[in-house]
Amino acid sequence: MEEIYSGLLRALELIAARDPQVVEITFRSLFISLSSAFLAGIICIPLGGIIEFRQFWGKRALINLIQTLYSLPTVTVGLLVFLLISRSGPLGGLNLLFSPTGMIFGQAILISPIMIGLTVTALASVSPQIRDTARSLGATEMQLIITVIKEARVAVIAAVLLGFGRALSEVGVAMMIGGNIRGYTRVLTTAIALETSMGNLELSIALGIILISISLAINLLLNRFQGR
Amino acid sequence: MAGKNLRIFLLLLALAVLCSAAGAAEKERLRLATTTSLQDTGLLDMIKDKFDEKYNVALDVVSGGTGIAIQYAERGDVDVLIVHDKVRELKFVQDGYGLERRCIAYNYFYLVGPKDDPAGVKGMNSSLAMASIMEKGNADPSKVMFVSRGDNSGTHAREKLLWKGAGYNYSAVNSSGPWYIEAGQGMGATLNIANEKQAYTLSDMSTFMAYQGNLTLVPIIEGGDELLNVYVAMAVNPKTHPGVNCELANEFINYLVSDEAQDLIASFGKEKFGTPLFSPARGNCELIGCSEAECAVPTSASCAAA
Amino acid sequence: MPLLEVRSLGKSIGSAEILTGINLSVERGEILGLIGPTGSGKTTLLRLVNLLDEPSTGSILFDGREVSGQPERELLAARRKMAMVFQKPVMFKARVEENVSFGLKMRGKEDAKSVRKRVKEALAAVGLSGYESRDANTLSGGEMQRIALARALVLQPELLLLDEPTANLDPRSAASIDSLLQSLAGGRTAVILATHNMQQCRKLANRVAVLQGGKLTAHGKSEEIFGPEEKSKASGPHTYGFSLPW
Repeated sequence: MEEIYSGLLRALELIAARDPQVVEITFRSLFISLSSAFLAGIICIPLGGIIEFRQFWGKRALINLIQTLYSLPTVTVGLLVFLLISRSGPLGGLNLLFSPTGMIFGQAILISPIMIGLTVTALASVSPQIRDTARSLGATEMQLIITVIKEARVAVIAAVLLGFGRALSEVGVAMMIGGNIRGYTRVLTTAIALETSMGNLELSIALGIILISISLAINLLLNRFQGR
Repeated sequence: MAGKNLRIFLLLLALAVLCSAAGAAEKERLRLATTTSLQDTGLLDMIKDKFDEKYNVALDVVSGGTGIAIQYAERGDVDVLIVHDKVRELKFVQDGYGLERRCIAYNYFYLVGPKDDPAGVKGMNSSLAMASIMEKGNADPSKVMFVSRGDNSGTHAREKLLWKGAGYNYSAVNSSGPWYIEAGQGMGATLNIANEKQAYTLSDMSTFMAYQGNLTLVPIIEGGDELLNVYVAMAVNPKTHPGVNCELANEFINYLVSDEAQDLIASFGKEKFGTPLFSPARGNCELIGCSEAECAVPTSASCAAA
Repeated sequence: MPLLEVRSLGKSIGSAEILTGINLSVERGEILGLIGPTGSGKTTLLRLVNLLDEPSTGSILFDGREVSGQPERELLAARRKMAMVFQKPVMFKARVEENVSFGLKMRGKEDAKSVRKRVKEALAAVGLSGYESRDANTLSGGEMQRIALARALVLQPELLLLDEPTANLDPRSAASIDSLLQSLAGGRTAVILATHNMQQCRKLANRVAVLQGGKLTAHGKSEEIFGPEEKSKASGPHTYGFSLPW
């Protein structure tokens, strides 16, 4: 328990001193996870809309599958994406492995099931009367989807936030795809894993506290966007 | 809706993307895969900085167990490989994945154990010592235990060789009883487990010295050919993976065997630990079993894909 | 040629026959009252006319052209010439301004200035001037009903479909809406007014259709259905003289 207390002190020290390594790692964590949430968002929200609004064979099964994938182990996703983008893999030519771009790509894949699934749920909970009203007032199918997304915006933003949170605090994909390269692909979670494995527990806890605080701050900030 | 705020946020995000894209675009990058035991000593961090200073190239080091490091190299995901397992290195080159071996540095593995040496193996040769540990462990697992890396690393490979040298089939060893503990983790974690259980384990010298302060374990056996730990660098063969940066890899290896780097390696760790963590390959080729052609001389293999 | 014609229209859901054999027509400038008890199928009929649901049998002709059973593109084109006010209207999660201008935005009318002007006029017509910036979901039931009407009127539809438009209104507001609707008579717009309020129907409708149990049991001029009574006697308190811009 002592370690947690000294970890807390160490965290405050690091933040106050603006330790350059910690700052660099923190910004990289934020950049990569925000980017992956953004990338996943622009693909998954419309996709969720299309799934919700179209009728097709196997729709129920697809939704079930997506919901099952919510808690896919990050190491498994990391391994699968690794096989995909390794130079020996099908997408090897893109040279994504061991780079921040590859991590963004991998994390986006990781959080896509959550984003799609929660978007579908959010849209399904918009009352059918809204849809009728929109259609009656002359909305095309695409306009209808956008209108319903706007009506469900609080829940949709919550889905994006959840995806971002998952990306920020996962280590399986970041480790396998990024390689934890100092100065290039090291992020808070992989740094914590490394410091722990090296026995530097106090530093690990300090980084962990920083990670949690960042998460908290981002959540509070983005909650303000939700309001109106 | 909060349209205006959203737009500002997206703008900031776009700026951040641009900034880091711009920053990352400049330097050439060389990818190196290696074992955690080497990476954790900090030697490569120092080499990375020096190499960057001299050649303006960013050295990206990816580390893991020897198993995955070799995998990365076989897949062409890195340009150069540094490991410490001669058998797998030879296979790597023979199978066409690597250009040629270059011995860079060496140190020794230590057989470390509890201060009171319950198996009484101090002064023995390492294989005999292992055999003795197994016997005594089977007889009384509460007194004598051995913790293995259990992770296919270079250290683990050496451990298996020692068992072989002692006349045992490895599968007989690791299933023979509760005295044998498989950690399945890196060297640091394995040492901690051995420390907790007051057991014997095999560790590379540098990791042990780095952790020594927190351990009550001591080196029981420290030398001998069987415990030699030689680090070898190999460039990934461009014929197998045309996308690798072969020229840069060769330049890096040539730097490692240069006098400057060999000097740096020879003195690394002296300040912190009182004695250096490695010995340079230069001048010690015979001792470490590296032929003249592969010991501390510049690479001769051409990068041209035939 | 009637603006809207409905021939042998029927709708079943599962084994339940909601509507059977409906034949109707509505002329431009006419107010057709659709009267009947709750559950008689009024709402279903309006939804079919608005092309929100597909009929099980029969056909719908708009401006002489068959629209039922057509591909979505045609349905949309016809639907955009109509506007419907639902029985218990819902507001979008936005301000009144966005709600009222919704249909205009869907049709691509982006000219902010003219949109704002038309919204203003529509709000004035329903007696809710100045409501633009209010959060639509904080309004009372009666206000929402009038916003829904404004939302429809602002589109200047050729066919206006009203499902109990004054059901939630107090007598004064109801009367002003009645006047508003009355002023539509004789113009371009055709109106189908579904109501269970016989007084309102008698006052406003030129022709009346009576729906009972999903079947049309009577259809004809107002006087024929209700009997020769003075329309003026049925008027409520005096109106505020709202008039429409066109």
